[in-house]
Amino acid sequence: MLGYLIKRLLIALPTLLAISAVIFFILALAPTNPLGDLATNPSITPEVRENIRRSLGLDQPIPIRYVKWTIALFSGNLGYSFTSRLPVADLIAQRLPVTLWVIGVAYLLSVALALPLGIFAALRHNTWVDRAITTVAFMGFSTPPFFSGLVLIIVLSVRLGWLPFIYDNTLVVRDFASFTQWLRQSIMPIVTLVLFQTAVLLRFVRAAMLEEIPQNYVKTARAKGLGRWRIVMLHMLRNALMPVVTLVALDIPTIFTGAIVTEQVFRVPGIGALLIESIYRGDTPVVMAIAFIYAVLVVGFNLVADLLYGVIDPRVRYGH
Amino acid sequence: MAIDSDIAAEKLVVPEIAAPVEKHRVWGRLWGDPVARLALAVLVGLVGAIALGPLLYSASPSAIDFGRAFLPPGWGQPLGTNDLGQDQLARLLIGGRISLAVGLAATLVGISLGVGIGAVAGFYGGWVDGVLMRLTDLFLALPQLPLVLLVVYLFGDPVRRALGAERGIFLLVVLVIGVLNWMSVARLVRAGFLSLKQRTFVQAAVALGARPWGIVKSHLLPNILGPVIVAATIGVGNALLAESTLSFLGVGFPPDVPTWGRMLYDAQNYIESAPYLVLAPGLAIFLTVLCINTLGDRLRDSLDPTSR
Repeated sequence: MLGYLIKRLLIALPTLLAISAVIFFILALAPTNPLGDLATNPSITPEVRENIRRSLGLDQPIPIRYVKWTIALFSGNLGYSFTSRLPVADLIAQRLPVTLWVIGVAYLLSVALALPLGIFAALRHNTWVDRAITTVAFMGFSTPPFFSGLVLIIVLSVRLGWLPFIYDNTLVVRDFASFTQWLRQSIMPIVTLVLFQTAVLLRFVRAAMLEEIPQNYVKTARAKGLGRWRIVMLHMLRNALMPVVTLVALDIPTIFTGAIVTEQVFRVPGIGALLIESIYRGDTPVVMAIAFIYAVLVVGFNLVADLLYGVIDPRVRYGH
Repeated sequence: MAIDSDIAAEKLVVPEIAAPVEKHRVWGRLWGDPVARLALAVLVGLVGAIALGPLLYSASPSAIDFGRAFLPPGWGQPLGTNDLGQDQLARLLIGGRISLAVGLAATLVGISLGVGIGAVAGFYGGWVDGVLMRLTDLFLALPQLPLVLLVVYLFGDPVRRALGAERGIFLLVVLVIGVLNWMSVARLVRAGFLSLKQRTFVQAAVALGARPWGIVKSHLLPNILGPVIVAATIGVGNALLAESTLSFLGVGFPPDVPTWGRMLYDAQNYIESAPYLVLAPGLAIFLTVLCINTLGDRLRDSLDPTSR
């Protein structure tokens, strides 16, 4: 398992390097001035501007800039924000926990919902239960998160007044009351993500389970008298999870897309919201850093998926 | 969401090639499916409304009249008016043209890239295949939306200046969405080519001295057309969603171009007082994507009867 983990890490690093190259060259080739408003701001003297240019390494040839930028990036130096003058790393560190909390809880809930529902639908293949579940899932994954989020706001906040519709980022959890308020304001963003993710996952699980039903090993297990529950949970599910994990790994970028949109809808102060704000403000260092952070997250979660693969499939673990 | 076409790739390529399905039978089976028929009918209705609606419905989508701001749906303004007093239905119809055009054009870009790259990788194999597949893996690991936002942010202004506000951003959005959505098609085409290359009819063509391009054109491509059409159908829905997402984040088209996503972006500020502003464009996106996805799904089933 350790050898497998190291091998995966060795693949993840070049991927990150390649992604950093993509991000860098998009910036380097962009015809806009990466200094944004600073370039035209009359209150900044030419010397200061030149210093900023140099601090961004803009006075050097592109390949050297790339190497320097990458080294700085991997050593955690993400530069300074143009607008708030704070280190980009600090800004991101402020925002990242909220994003990870929302995505993490949403994903765990989706798995908890999608696994049983998907298995159930597959076992009841072509009955009304299966049709009902697949239809709802189908609608779920055709609904863009920005629409489902806004509908939730209209129904739960505007009409019924049950939940606050804007995420209050000044809220500090001190006592039970503020804790429940914090939970209440997390409900809608999480539900929005859960709706979409559950639909996607459920379809994967159902399709994978359907593939397993006609297999011979299932017949064997049944013939030797194993209980239905045992066959489903220990034999079929374990095999079905392998394609599911592959598909989930491929789907990771979409999770973050959904998260950015959800943060924007509910004004959740995560890094997605920071990204959009920085784009509006023309804060290039922050935009670049966040794009790269998302790359790190995608690659990181891919690694997790790979590890899960090792847990599920012993062949992977023992390096066959 | 590129995944669905991957499921298609895994499920479809092998059986479909093992037993080529006759074309009219595929369409017959699709037409025999009431759900597919309904999706097709709704889609035709939507496209018809978008194409002909602005000609029949006389209200201007851009005329500003503050005296008519925030009128709820009713006679004279079936979907109400927005904060500037513009007619929502007229905007919805015009915006639909742009949203659908982006969806179709971006899919065209994505499919062309995917078929091209997949065909080269599958046909030549060896190191070409290796390099192209690593490239595909890299693109699959890219954080899509942040990158799209980055590109539109950095290239938006110059492109707008060079080609005009609407046309420039249209081209940019189409290209960016297309360039980030070819991977599943490339994998599917490559897998199809690899399995077809082993088949006797292809080897016979090689033995008979057919030129590579001839083999690709008349033996390989026609046999993977089915799955590619399915991927394209679902791709249109995804591209439409991607464009709406961009516009919803306020980074896509300029405010005077009322794409459906942009209308939602504008409407979210008035969600308490005028929820109808959110519902109409949101439902339009939802319905269009739902119908396109349903159609793609059913098309896949009718190409591969064993999947049901």
